[in-house]
Amino acid sequence: MKISLAMTKSAGIKSYVTLCLFTALSTSTGACGKKDKGPAEITISCGSVGQDFDSCKAGVEAWEKKSGNKAKLVASPASSTDALALYQQLLAAGASDIDILRIDVVWPGTLGGFLLDLTPYTKGAEKNYFASMIANDTIDGHLIAIPWQADAGLLYYRKDLLEKYGETPPATWDQLTTAAKKIQDAERAAGQKDLWGFVFQGKAYEGLTCNALEWVASYGGGTIVEPDGKISIDNPKAVAAVTMAASWVGDISPPGVLAYEEEEARGVFQSGNAVFMRNWPYAWAQAQGKDSPVKDKVGVIALPKAEGGRGAATLGGWNLAVSKFSKHPEVAADLVLYLTGAEEQKRRAIEYSVQPTIPRVYEDKDVLAKNPFFASLVETFKNAVPRPTVAGGKYNEVSSAFWNAVHAALAKEKPAKDSLTALAADLERLKGGKW
Amino acid sequence: MSDRAWLTTRRKRDAWLFLAPMLVVLAVVAAWPLLRTIWLSFTDTDLLKLDQARWIGTENFLSHKEDGWHGVLADPQWWRSVKNTLVFTVVTVSIETTLGLVIALVLHREFRGRGLVRAAVLIPWAIPTIVSAKMWSWMLNDQFGIVNHLLMSLGLIDRPLAWTTDLLMTSVVIVDVWKTTPFMALLILAALQMLPKECYEAAQIDGVHPLKVFWRVTLPLVRPALMVAVIFRALDALRAFDVIYVLNGSAEQSRTMSIYVRQHLIEFHRLGYGSAASTLLFFIITLLTILYISIGRVRLEAD
Repeated sequence: MKISLAMTKSAGIKSYVTLCLFTALSTSTGACGKKDKGPAEITISCGSVGQDFDSCKAGVEAWEKKSGNKAKLVASPASSTDALALYQQLLAAGASDIDILRIDVVWPGTLGGFLLDLTPYTKGAEKNYFASMIANDTIDGHLIAIPWQADAGLLYYRKDLLEKYGETPPATWDQLTTAAKKIQDAERAAGQKDLWGFVFQGKAYEGLTCNALEWVASYGGGTIVEPDGKISIDNPKAVAAVTMAASWVGDISPPGVLAYEEEEARGVFQSGNAVFMRNWPYAWAQAQGKDSPVKDKVGVIALPKAEGGRGAATLGGWNLAVSKFSKHPEVAADLVLYLTGAEEQKRRAIEYSVQPTIPRVYEDKDVLAKNPFFASLVETFKNAVPRPTVAGGKYNEVSSAFWNAVHAALAKEKPAKDSLTALAADLERLKGGKW
Repeated sequence: MSDRAWLTTRRKRDAWLFLAPMLVVLAVVAAWPLLRTIWLSFTDTDLLKLDQARWIGTENFLSHKEDGWHGVLADPQWWRSVKNTLVFTVVTVSIETTLGLVIALVLHREFRGRGLVRAAVLIPWAIPTIVSAKMWSWMLNDQFGIVNHLLMSLGLIDRPLAWTTDLLMTSVVIVDVWKTTPFMALLILAALQMLPKECYEAAQIDGVHPLKVFWRVTLPLVRPALMVAVIFRALDALRAFDVIYVLNGSAEQSRTMSIYVRQHLIEFHRLGYGSAASTLLFFIITLLTILYISIGRVRLEAD
């Protein structure tokens, strides 16, 4: 533990030396420390959930051919909580190891100070994107990232099982619970012992914040901290939402769901062992993959509403940003603009069902033919709830306190009411005077 | 000055000369980071705004404001981490010591293929912890893990157990015991092989019962080595991080002191506050070590 501080500082230097060696070996120009006119080599961090890495790689390779520059790919940790921790360490140490960072929609407030203003490079292209996403990426008038991929929570279901038992895709959480229970019990009686009704992301990490925010918001229980900074989580509707989720665990959801991230949930669903799943759009292309046991048996709809509430999907998504410490900012910005461009977004939408951040791409015939559910996504986006980024640099702590409180309720360590009341008190303490 | 005195001075000087490189290295890699951490714990340094640090005294440790007590010492989460760590340490170290002793006694006997078995026992210790923890987290997965599969096909359980949630502490203990028992066994085995044969021969001639030989001869003789092995392990367990972090991230249920420190230092970028927790962690470990050594010595003298 003591050494970690010293390591933070030396990590930059060490990796820099490694990078230098690598550059010296791989290119004749030896682009280390000095700016030269030859092809530059930059490093981009790509995601590693599902097909993130493959889709990123293909795009980067196309850019390499076009521009004549080289780019090295780094896989970021699958858990976004870990990825942010890594970036914070790198950036705080002033390391230039990674030129292009793939950042979550909730990070601009935390990392903004370390990211390059991209306005001089875009030549007005920002008007092509969803205005809300550009606003999210603008900190103090600087455009510090460009939206690359939009995300919103979706409900996946097994078409074949629902048909078999005469159920329709659920519009409310109650319908989901009843249908899941009915199908699970009937299928288990018929010998499908491993089948579960519903899987989601229940591990204590950022993913649980996204899931739980959807439950709470759909019940009309607010968004933890409201846009004006008021802490709203301790209310009867939020308690009802979390109580409902806690009742699933061990009943229609496996007890192990409390340790699931996206990929664990998809593993259960895609191997045919779950009726419903809450996940991001990436799971569609995977479930429809060649070797998927549930190919053509899967449907996607918006997440259920609460009785008398509204549908709510947590707004997620990824943006590409250039580090202030990059040695080749122009080249890096060029790759960012290429990857976030309409053409590349269309390719990613068709091949990997990645949601575009440019409204125009949603109208493309080829895109819609491959992803029929995209048409309904525009509606989902309109209802999407943003996470409480009003907390700014303290967002991490707010989110962590929230997911821990919900996790305790799901694990039945405490009733939801006690857990959320304690959470509200913690958040007040954290807030101090103001966010 | 006599020749003798001159020689002593020279020897002393040479000794310092030889020691110097090590002292410099120690100062750089141990003393400096430690002092720096303690210094940081009195500031409100933010990892992302390193240049805006202010000296705030003991506020990170404990302070009283109009809305109540603040600081690490007033944080129930911290005390939960302390409790988790102590439980983890006591449970794992006791199991590892007992198992290690048994394995060492077996390996101490002459049998065919002993060399091979000794090498094989070391395998869990040789695998990097991150790798073995990740491996175990897949094996313990509730839906497609091999542990549940085996237990179910043997008919020991009728539905999958949630190893990584309900039984989390059990899982963590299992993985840690699996990993570090070989280390204990090896240290104890080394001690066993140093024991004088005469004691055993005398016991044999007197016809003492083997169990009595173990309690009255073996155990007292290996005790010093055992004490050292236990403190090695205990110090390690008090700093436990990797196994638990890989199995369950920073979740409250299994958060140890080290995980708490890391979470505040890195995830919440509160370098000052995290350093305060880190300093406390350091003092807790120091205190326990001093206590252990002094109690251990008293007992030894009583023998």
